Amino acid sequence: MSVLVDKNTRVIVQGITGSAGGFHAKAMMEYGTQVVAGVTPGKGGQLWEGKVPVFNSCEEAVRNEGANASVCFVPGIAAADSVMEAAAAGIPLVVCITEGISIMDECRLRAFLQRTSTRMIGPNCPGIITPGETKLGIMPGYIHKKGDIGVVSRSGTLTYEIVWQLSNLGLGQSTCIGIGGDPVQGTDFIDCLKLFNADAGTRAIVMAGEIGGTMEEEAAAYIKEHVRKPVVAFVGGQTAPPGKRMGHAGAIIQGGKGTAAEKYKALREAGVACVISPAEIGATMKKVLEGKAA
Amino acid sequence: MNLHEYQTKQVLSKYGIPTLPGRVAESPEQAAEAYRAIGSPVAVVKAQIHAGGRGKGGGVKLVRSAEEARDFAAKILGKPLVTPQTGPQGRIVRKVLVEAGCDIARELYLGCVLDRRLGLPVLMASKQGGVEIEEVAARDPQAILKQPFDVGHGLQAFQARALGFGLGLEGETFKAFASMAHAVARMFVERDCSLLEINPLVVPKSGGIVALDGKMGIDDRAIELKKQPELAAMRDVHEEDPIEHEAASYGLNYVSMDGNIGCMVNGAGLAMSTMDIIKLAGGAPANFLDVGGGANKDQVAKAFKLLLANPSVKAVLINIFGGILKCDVLAQGIVDAIKEVKVAVPIVVRLEGTNVEAGRKILKESGLKVISAADMGEAAKKVIEAAGLAR
Repeated sequence: MSVLVDKNTRVIVQGITGSAGGFHAKAMMEYGTQVVAGVTPGKGGQLWEGKVPVFNSCEEAVRNEGANASVCFVPGIAAADSVMEAAAAGIPLVVCITEGISIMDECRLRAFLQRTSTRMIGPNCPGIITPGETKLGIMPGYIHKKGDIGVVSRSGTLTYEIVWQLSNLGLGQSTCIGIGGDPVQGTDFIDCLKLFNADAGTRAIVMAGEIGGTMEEEAAAYIKEHVRKPVVAFVGGQTAPPGKRMGHAGAIIQGGKGTAAEKYKALREAGVACVISPAEIGATMKKVLEGKAA
Repeated sequence: MNLHEYQTKQVLSKYGIPTLPGRVAESPEQAAEAYRAIGSPVAVVKAQIHAGGRGKGGGVKLVRSAEEARDFAAKILGKPLVTPQTGPQGRIVRKVLVEAGCDIARELYLGCVLDRRLGLPVLMASKQGGVEIEEVAARDPQAILKQPFDVGHGLQAFQARALGFGLGLEGETFKAFASMAHAVARMFVERDCSLLEINPLVVPKSGGIVALDGKMGIDDRAIELKKQPELAAMRDVHEEDPIEHEAASYGLNYVSMDGNIGCMVNGAGLAMSTMDIIKLAGGAPANFLDVGGGANKDQVAKAFKLLLANPSVKAVLINIFGGILKCDVLAQGIVDAIKEVKVAVPIVVRLEGTNVEAGRKILKESGLKVISAADMGEAAKKVIEAAGLAR
């Protein structure tokens, strides 16, 4: 079992004729993802790599190929428009990999999506993978292992690090979701916790947050109230100075708010097994599952 | 990216938001001229730096003659100004703003920020102007009135009214405030602001409403996407950390810290976590450095040079989880960079991910003294030892 995506997910790649889109479309197909179409306005009618039909619009791709998910690699200046196009075409899940969308565009995008039933993951994220079935994103597929741990994270390479630790300990993953490092996101921790909590194939959850905003505190309140599966949490940026943006647009301590200490406090109070060292995330999950205190 | 007060006021004026007559001066003589040109018997000379608390730091003075304006400008120009927000080293004052004085009846606050949870800008107002809004928020959160608004629809008239009534304004002042609220909301959206603050917003004894101080931050993405060329041209590189500025020009994310372990990592989340584990192992990170997912050999070399330009760095930790960035490409970049840069401090490398075996082989066969580590925990321990900081 898994959440949001599985081997039957029919994926379009927006920006398939670009270098990043093309590179990752290939990697996704090698992993087993059903990439059924590409969309690049003005390049419709081509057959990408001799096998994937390219359309001018998402609407055409949906009509001709029955796509039900999209991965967007369109550059920052046009990415918000591309995600809106996918949503308007009725695609229920859009994974937006693009980094560098302006915050005002992200606000417009979020308001637009609220009037549709489309879920966006990202922007500025590694994507989502259900190990052994499908990946919609840029993560290295081979580090994953099929299993029953749900992973949700605001980061890219830190997610790979966590997955690697889990896989090496024999702890496979049901689905791993990178929700992205931007201040305005399509999917937050609570959305993912709800999905994992309801998924019979997920036994426990790893949540990796970071400084900035209050998403971890809100997640903590939700866990306390609703989640009965074990949750292991890590918060990056314990040493980050206030007022500085730490790479991710959303990773900034503002007006003394959004610190790792506050987030850990809320998570601990919600009964979450908190890990301070990023090297111990997998080991902590193992202990928790073996019934030992973290 | 942030703007100076005088620049913020230039933009505010374009949106019809009233400010006091003022001029920028870069020399004492210009300050005296500015005083004369303004023609107000009482004027204020204000240091222009990107930090608050300028009054407390002695960077703001009321003057009553051209000589006084000149003397105060001479006293602060070209010298560091230390305020509660600058840190002990202060910031060099390169410009002053000479502005007409104002008889203040009331000091209010008006600001706009992004509400991340709602994904909307929120216009905020408070009767408690002239103090840091974070202080007000901590002491008396009810004292801050908030109106979130949709980027597409803009601020609605009822929202501006709600803030005006909440501030206890009446008559012409109420009307002037309402139109200012609309202008601020529109400017925030159109100019891709990350922060826009008028603090204090002043009701002068003579009536009306005036922006006495202004602070503006712009979304760096909008600058990168060239959506705001006019604002981008206002960038003051003197106000930025020179290493951070140089790193940005190579497409690298760098933040200076005051420790002695340099670190180079791919990905922001892993980079933050690497800093954290250095601290946990008993060291202190000298920097945050994210080389990004698609770094090439050249960028790795440049990143290296940046790290080593910091004289406090006693050892370097390279932590790479190869995804898009393949380990062999990275290892070759490290080897080339080390040969070119002449590294005098120990280097600990932790490589994992795509093509890791090939990457480790390149490092091993290079003959360079690189200490390798199997995982993050071991890497942190080894780098502290190598730096001679082990407990």
